Amino acid sequence: MKIVVGHLYPDYLNIYADRGNIAVLAERARVRGHELDVRPIGMGMDVPTETIDLFYVGGGQDRDQALVVPDLAAKSEALHEAAAGGAVVLAVCGGYQLLGRSYRDVAGVELPGIGLLPLHTVAGARRMIGDVLLDCPWAGETLAGFENHAGRTLLDEGAEPLGRVISGFGNDGASGHEGCRAGRVYGTYLHGPLLPRNPWFADRLLTEALAHAGLDTELAELPDELERAAHAVSADRARRRGGRI
Amino acid sequence: MRVPIPLSLEAAALRAAGALSRAAGRGGGTTIPGKLLWKLDPGAIDELAKRLPAGSVLVSATNGKTTTSAMIAEILRPSVRVAHNASGANLVSGVASTLLALGGAELGLFEVDEAALPEVARRLRPRVLLLGNLFRDQLDRYGELEIVAQRWRAALATLPEARLVLNGDDPQIGDLRRDGALVFGLDDPRRARPALQHAADSTHCLRCGTPYVYAAAYVGHLGDYRCPNCGHERPELDVAAREIELHGLDGSAFTLATPGGDARVKLALPGLYNIYNATGAAALALALGTPLAEVTAGLARFSAAFGRFERIAVGDRRLLMLLIKNPAGANEAVRTLVESPAPPRVAVVALNDAIADGRDVSWIWDVDFEPLLGGLERLVATGSRAAELALRFAYGGLARDRIEVEPALARALDRGLALTPPGGELTVLPTYTAMLALRKVVAGRGHVANYWESAA
Repeated sequence: MKIVVGHLYPDYLNIYADRGNIAVLAERARVRGHELDVRPIGMGMDVPTETIDLFYVGGGQDRDQALVVPDLAAKSEALHEAAAGGAVVLAVCGGYQLLGRSYRDVAGVELPGIGLLPLHTVAGARRMIGDVLLDCPWAGETLAGFENHAGRTLLDEGAEPLGRVISGFGNDGASGHEGCRAGRVYGTYLHGPLLPRNPWFADRLLTEALAHAGLDTELAELPDELERAAHAVSADRARRRGGRI
Repeated sequence: MRVPIPLSLEAAALRAAGALSRAAGRGGGTTIPGKLLWKLDPGAIDELAKRLPAGSVLVSATNGKTTTSAMIAEILRPSVRVAHNASGANLVSGVASTLLALGGAELGLFEVDEAALPEVARRLRPRVLLLGNLFRDQLDRYGELEIVAQRWRAALATLPEARLVLNGDDPQIGDLRRDGALVFGLDDPRRARPALQHAADSTHCLRCGTPYVYAAAYVGHLGDYRCPNCGHERPELDVAAREIELHGLDGSAFTLATPGGDARVKLALPGLYNIYNATGAAALALALGTPLAEVTAGLARFSAAFGRFERIAVGDRRLLMLLIKNPAGANEAVRTLVESPAPPRVAVVALNDAIADGRDVSWIWDVDFEPLLGGLERLVATGSRAAELALRFAYGGLARDRIEVEPALARALDRGLALTPPGGELTVLPTYTAMLALRKVVAGRGHVANYWESAA
């Protein structure tokens, strides 16, 4: 089965090794006999709402992020439509912020987001930098990664975080929440990149993308020895030196 | 309260602390005296710097600052007594340590960490500043590179008397140009990359945000750029490298075009990035009034700065060690290896995640390791993040049965040597603290001088 990935703004939002995430999705699809077809969706390009099974939005420097804001607003309706139709969305770091309703920078200027996730972000004075470990009880798994953000992301009442912070700062350094998930839309500050050392999450995204493509399936287990070893080291880093709320 | 200057007694005590640290086997001890001084009296650094009759010059960049300043030291050696933080201790404390051991030095030559540059420049009030490039590097430590560029711009505004030597091929650096600046760069489109690399950073116009069009891209985003929308472009080069020849790992040659004439330069170092380093070093030496013939002679004498590019004999085998520390630098190491007559079949790659390496290891995914993979029969991944590194290669397309994971550096080195036939060469690509540790292992077996000995 072919899984079509729409990679939003790869020329602008690519600072945290986003191609690692894409490479993991592609390889884990391939060994299960599926094919990942990655299509860049850049400035001024239309969003092919029907055909995309999984959207990916990475992180960028503040300036690059500001450059894509007007274009993203023009794509907002199409992205809402796609998400409502069951397409998967994974947004990391800057991309995560852009999926919320708004981002207020240090100067107090409000940048509009597309409101695909029930949250907003306010820039803080101190960057929150370090290793992170999350508990995701909804999946019975943990996620290990690295965060580096000045934005404090505040979830709306009742919104679901991606995970509860075991070690690290998380969304805002206070709530104990990290990331957000709404249906098949996921946002997180975790990079590192996220997927190589958290293969269960990569497989979940693939399973949901396959469902959108019309195939309900369970993916075969992979040995994942290196993945588990990398996860263990990263989790240990977070426990020993992650940010403290 | 001020510690009185001269502080010869204190200086002696502080130097003794450095010697003690070495005697205790705690590494080079190169920054211990400086750290003490920095704690006791930060203002003393300003006073010590004033004792340099010919003043100071500073070199900063994401990549190449150690090599560039070592090249400058070699060029100036016959004519000026130079105090130089040659061991790469490039924070305020490292600069302070060098200032404490001035001897009879006339000129201070300091490579300075990008984040420390504003503080060091404010205290030393340098005559000349060489600014080489800004690449994404340790985002966890430095922040985004535009923030670094803004801090540099603010620092330069407070140093109107300093002469600037700028790499015009980097949009962020070229944009710092002001009266009297000497702009250097590469000018040989035959040596350009066919396309911008994945890790290219400043690819959108600083003025209007439109993607630059490159007549030639040499290393990362360094090259001859122009904005098709507003016309912002690479400034005119005052000092340029032309007619470049690359001889694989054996070195390179180029024509150095300067306002005072052209000269052919032979360099014992590989790669275009070292031609950037050499051209920058030449421009700085020229800015200090060094004759062109001394510049080319100094560059011809130069061999690599420690750990950046080294061949070390280990019994009947050799190590080829190339430091990797960020995507742009690692890409150049990969390119050098791939373009050599015998690309590596066995490699030891070492990823540590101490502060000096960067705690955030995601940068390895921005490196284009892929050109190496076709020729690799065996890869030994090592260092504190060995498994993470192994994943990078596995998902990059290297078969998992060709990858060995051995977090312990010494054991990984032995494994790599065992896989290398007698008379052969083992390629080792370590991050900064892994490089220091591996050198220590090799030195412990009597194969190479410790850096504080060779730098003395």
